[in-house]
Amino acid sequence: MASHYEAPIRKPLVLGDKGYHDVSVDIAAPVEGRANRQWWIVFSIALAALLWGIGAIVYTISTGIGTWGLNKTVNWAWDITNFVWWVGIGHAGTLISAVLLLFRQKWRMAINRSAEAMTIFSVIQAGLFPIIHMGRPWLAYWVVPIPNQFGSLWVNFNSPLLWDVFAISTYLSVSLVFWWTGLLPDFGMIRDRAVKPFQKKIYSLVSFGWTGRAKDWQRFEEVSLVLAGLATPLVLSVHTIVSFDFATSVIPGWHTTIFPPYFVAGAIFSGFAMVQTLLLIMRKVCNLEAYITVQHIELMNIVIMITGSIVGCAYITELFIAWYSGVEYEQYAFLNRATGPYWWAYLLMMSCNVLSPQIMWFKKIRTSIMVSFVISIVVNVGMWFERFVIIVTSLHRDYLPSSWTMFSPTFVDIGIFIGTIGFFFVLFLLYARTFPVIAQAEVKSILKSSGERYKKLRAEGKPLYAVTKNGIIRETFIESEEEESATVGQPSPAFNLLDSIGKFDLESQKPDDLKKVKGIGPLMEKTLNKLGIFSFLQVSKMTQNEYNLLDSLTGAFPGRAQRDDWAGQARLFLNRDK
Amino acid sequence: MAATVIHAYYNDDDVLMHAVKRIKEAKHHIEEVYCPFPVHGLDKAMGLAPTRIAITSFMYGVLGLVVSIVMMNYIMIQDWPMDIGGKPSFTYIENMPAFVPIMFEMTVFFAAHLMVITFYLRSKLWPFKEAENPDIRTTDDHFVMEIEVHDNEAELKELLLDTGAVELNIIKTSH
Repeated sequence: MASHYEAPIRKPLVLGDKGYHDVSVDIAAPVEGRANRQWWIVFSIALAALLWGIGAIVYTISTGIGTWGLNKTVNWAWDITNFVWWVGIGHAGTLISAVLLLFRQKWRMAINRSAEAMTIFSVIQAGLFPIIHMGRPWLAYWVVPIPNQFGSLWVNFNSPLLWDVFAISTYLSVSLVFWWTGLLPDFGMIRDRAVKPFQKKIYSLVSFGWTGRAKDWQRFEEVSLVLAGLATPLVLSVHTIVSFDFATSVIPGWHTTIFPPYFVAGAIFSGFAMVQTLLLIMRKVCNLEAYITVQHIELMNIVIMITGSIVGCAYITELFIAWYSGVEYEQYAFLNRATGPYWWAYLLMMSCNVLSPQIMWFKKIRTSIMVSFVISIVVNVGMWFERFVIIVTSLHRDYLPSSWTMFSPTFVDIGIFIGTIGFFFVLFLLYARTFPVIAQAEVKSILKSSGERYKKLRAEGKPLYAVTKNGIIRETFIESEEEESATVGQPSPAFNLLDSIGKFDLESQKPDDLKKVKGIGPLMEKTLNKLGIFSFLQVSKMTQNEYNLLDSLTGAFPGRAQRDDWAGQARLFLNRDK
Repeated sequence: MAATVIHAYYNDDDVLMHAVKRIKEAKHHIEEVYCPFPVHGLDKAMGLAPTRIAITSFMYGVLGLVVSIVMMNYIMIQDWPMDIGGKPSFTYIENMPAFVPIMFEMTVFFAAHLMVITFYLRSKLWPFKEAENPDIRTTDDHFVMEIEVHDNEAELKELLLDTGAVELNIIKTSH
């Protein structure tokens, strides 16, 4: 069909000779198989980090935020740095699934599921920081505008911190729903492949009974499109609002109008880097090289390079505007960043975020898996330092030189950060073993246009499909319940039949498989059973009279029983059984 | 009387699409098609009405916007007007710029969640719901077309086999 056409110049997105069934098998394989040793090793490390993080959080909450390295001057440091870093990472998922869906980018289909999972898991990490920063996390519900016992005390809707609450919770919940809706057909696939009853139960539960009717798919596609349309401005709003936490303040270095677009670009940048890190590992571990191809890696690298350049532009604009504003405090904030005691953090940020992605201009480098992996980690480190530079260097030398100081994290600061990394990987590793990590239904829908098998067929001028004219025919018979109850009540002519060939007691005797008799199919067996005929013994006693009676009762295949000599056959089976 | 339906199995979306078109041309009613993945244009070919779920989403979004305005007007202007940094809350419209982020977020929140809930309810998707696909292969690589038979079994069988069905399952339900 014409709709499957794709220009031959486009590289295949699914490599190898893959048909629809192969896609199911490949994507269900990590779920159906057992975890290997590397998985357990990495999982144990992540779990240990998580436990350490839990310990650090418990210590923070039970003792107080004084356990952190914050001081009177630097009163906001790692907590908010980590928060912004995690939220930023959480932007790639929705960007890939929503923005690339609106742009009809087919390559997103191999990576959107994992990117969305990463989004949800990293937003969970981000959300932890404001909650533990409250000091009394059990009062976290106070950020919600609910009528309360303190008189008319409401939350302040003028505060960007409250906007954050709304933005992050909307983003988390909408991403979750987007992700789960997309998962339903794929959970359905795993459910229908599952052999073990427990697996079947679990996947039935999580697939919400996905059936795949044409109408369901029509709605599904519309819902995906509308959700993408909603999620696109949402994802931009979230980091815009996060940047408002700083931009609406009057601290030099924070009070900057470029922050919203600059933060959004940085978020996409770091998010793509994290997706790259995770997928490079996952394609290897889960044997998904045919789906997450070098082409995907290259395209992601291009996005990283472009967003990295946008971020670089923003850095330079910031410097220029600081100089151009003529405000000496503003100028000093930026001068201090680059040349003050935190020059090393600034240099790290500049080299990791602006310089390192520039090597992606070379095709050899952006198609190299090893270099991509290294750069993705470098970018993540750089983006962490970007937030650190913005936050700590703007605070540590305030308006009063006598209070100038440095920030040094305590083991609790570090512990909580490591703990969130552990938590993130625990969630992601569990996900990789239990979820369909590639949106297989969507991949199947692009297989004919972008799969290597079909691209080859098209190039050779062969048809993409063959119409078979010799389909097989099966018959299934379903008896409705009402019928059963109806026959029980009234005496049936079958009694006459049973008088001569003998009754069968279902309680004490075992029914024979009457289908063994040539001429008795599943339908006829059911009919015979309904008449009370269950055993070879009964059939063997049938004569012409009984055959006629049977024909009149069933109305099907008159004369069939005589021709096939059911009684004779049944006698044979009887003798064989003895 | 026996109600009979035919389940015609196809293993290719193109073959299915051609089959659907031919069967519609022959004026048969297609009860249902179960697919493992979305087949573009199938809904139109089957004669399904376009979905109105996007319209509901728009209405939910408007509802969310109204809710956010009513809520913030009550909280920030009516119930407890605050004077923050010498900028008192007199009217909603004067303070509106500060409320835009929440107005936007609530609009998206309502539009997205209520639309998805509507989708789940209309398509009967919820936890503990049993799947109703007739064959487990319909989530893998097979498409099943369901057609009801009205004394034209032989003709239908022939037509379906001719359109490339790989398997026919004739289901007879006795009453």
